[in-house]
Amino acid sequence: MLSPESLAQIDKEVAKYPAEQRQSAVMSALRIAQVEKGWLSNELMDFVAHYLGMQPIAVYEVATFYNMYNTRPVGKHKLCVCTNLPCKLMGADAIAERLKKKLGIEFGETTEDRQFTLVEGECMGACGDAPLLLVNNHRMESFLDDGKVDALLDELKGK
Amino acid sequence: MVIQGGPVIFNTLHLAEPWKLATYESAGGYAALKKILAENIPAEAIINEVKTSALRGRGGAGFPTGLKWSFMPRQFPGDKYIVCNSDEGEPGTFKDRDIMRYNPHALIEGMIIAGYTLGAKAGYNYIHGEIWDIYEGMERAVEEARAAGYLGDNILGSGFSFNLHNHHGYGAYICGEETALLESIEGKKGQPRFKPPFPASFGLYGKPTTINNTETLASIPYIMREGGQKFLELGKPNNGGTKLFSISGHVEKPGNYEVPLGTPFAKLLEMAGGVKGGRKLKAVIPGGSSAPVLPGEIMMDCTLDFDSIAKAGSMLGSGAVIVMDETVCMVRALERLSYFYFEESCGQCTPCREGTGWMYRVVHRIEHGQGRPEDLELLDSVAANIAGRTICALGDAAAMPVQGMLKHYRNEFEHHIEHKKCMV
Repeated sequence: MLSPESLAQIDKEVAKYPAEQRQSAVMSALRIAQVEKGWLSNELMDFVAHYLGMQPIAVYEVATFYNMYNTRPVGKHKLCVCTNLPCKLMGADAIAERLKKKLGIEFGETTEDRQFTLVEGECMGACGDAPLLLVNNHRMESFLDDGKVDALLDELKGK
Repeated sequence: MVIQGGPVIFNTLHLAEPWKLATYESAGGYAALKKILAENIPAEAIINEVKTSALRGRGGAGFPTGLKWSFMPRQFPGDKYIVCNSDEGEPGTFKDRDIMRYNPHALIEGMIIAGYTLGAKAGYNYIHGEIWDIYEGMERAVEEARAAGYLGDNILGSGFSFNLHNHHGYGAYICGEETALLESIEGKKGQPRFKPPFPASFGLYGKPTTINNTETLASIPYIMREGGQKFLELGKPNNGGTKLFSISGHVEKPGNYEVPLGTPFAKLLEMAGGVKGGRKLKAVIPGGSSAPVLPGEIMMDCTLDFDSIAKAGSMLGSGAVIVMDETVCMVRALERLSYFYFEESCGQCTPCREGTGWMYRVVHRIEHGQGRPEDLELLDSVAANIAGRTICALGDAAAMPVQGMLKHYRNEFEHHIEHKKCMV
């Protein structure tokens, strides 16, 4: 169900923990699976459970507890905007409004062409760079202004 | 973002490629570890040195690190662990990210020394989910240290073996709570454990474990290299050393500043270029979003150390200073913070699970012109009934901002309720 490259990455994570503690690698395994497939279907989570020797329910618990996992399909580019207080003080609300307007969606929604999903995020631990957002969990865009938002959307649309 | 270097944490910042192992070594890095291993310095002596330094936990609680280390049953056989808490997600806090970015080897050396002292065979560094590039950088730094013989079996021929791994979080504020963090490393939901037993007796995989913050551990090499007394003298009695202050919000130059504990807040504000646009300072949250807010005029008389901020009725916390100017509506600010705690409550304890949502809904309706005259007393009551009644400190963390806002800015809330609009 996952590529040999993804499995090799998961094996590398498993090796970090004592041999009888394969479950410790579940967070990384779900992250790796999500990067390859875009979201975590039940089948994919079941596969991870089997691979790590866990009960499927224990994997679902993890996937639904941590908010960076996509347990439903998302657009090709998931944009997560922090609106917490330090970002808000630096204009995060205006950034969020611009994104909503340009994409024609609200927080929690995906564009019809399935290119973009917009979500409201919590503190990302980078408040000195506010306002900011994450693209597909792993790429942070900092010191946002209107021009940067527009340029980012143009860049991602081309991908 | 500005980064102001200092002697302890950002000691390589003025050099090219400050994150590299060779750079760190050129600034005295790993000398302390080499000396400890070569001279077989007893754990007791290291703990005493840390006690002398008056190093207090940099993650928020300010607990004396030497004392915490002395709780480990290090003489007992069996596996033990050292865990670094780099799950920095308290709004306003962004210092550990820059430690790992610019000086990862200070943290690695600190963890190895901690492992040696506490008899741990392995260490885990739990990194906040949203900072992927930092996780990748830490992975490279650990590999570098391993290749140089600082990690692994029989380190530098001493007979001491220690392994270190990075664990990547994936979005849960609660995992900054140390027992939730342990659950998370074990591959479970991050729900805090009841204490006692404390991690020093029942920690990761049920083994004795010490958990320290990133900045705390990254301060250890300096203490062991230069001596605890010298570290203490950088700060003030009972508040040893320099500390990173993350300043965000309405300042000209947000960033991380390494300054001695006891530095006047006014000086930090000046270093950060003052209030943005020359506007008037209204309020400061001095230690991350959980710390009660303080009016600007009280803050201007404070020095930045654990004792001074506590005396003013708040806490130094993680050293995350959120500055708000005169244009900020405190009802709106509290509404967003209350939503955060509601969103991040793990749902385990009823007072927190129900109370955080309740507080958010009440503040939300006040902000939106639907507040009722009895709402402020209701908020006082809900906050008081959460605080101290939950397994972990998230309940208190949710209650304190509400209590702080109502203590200092009650009139703004009353105005919102009475006039259905903001006075700012």
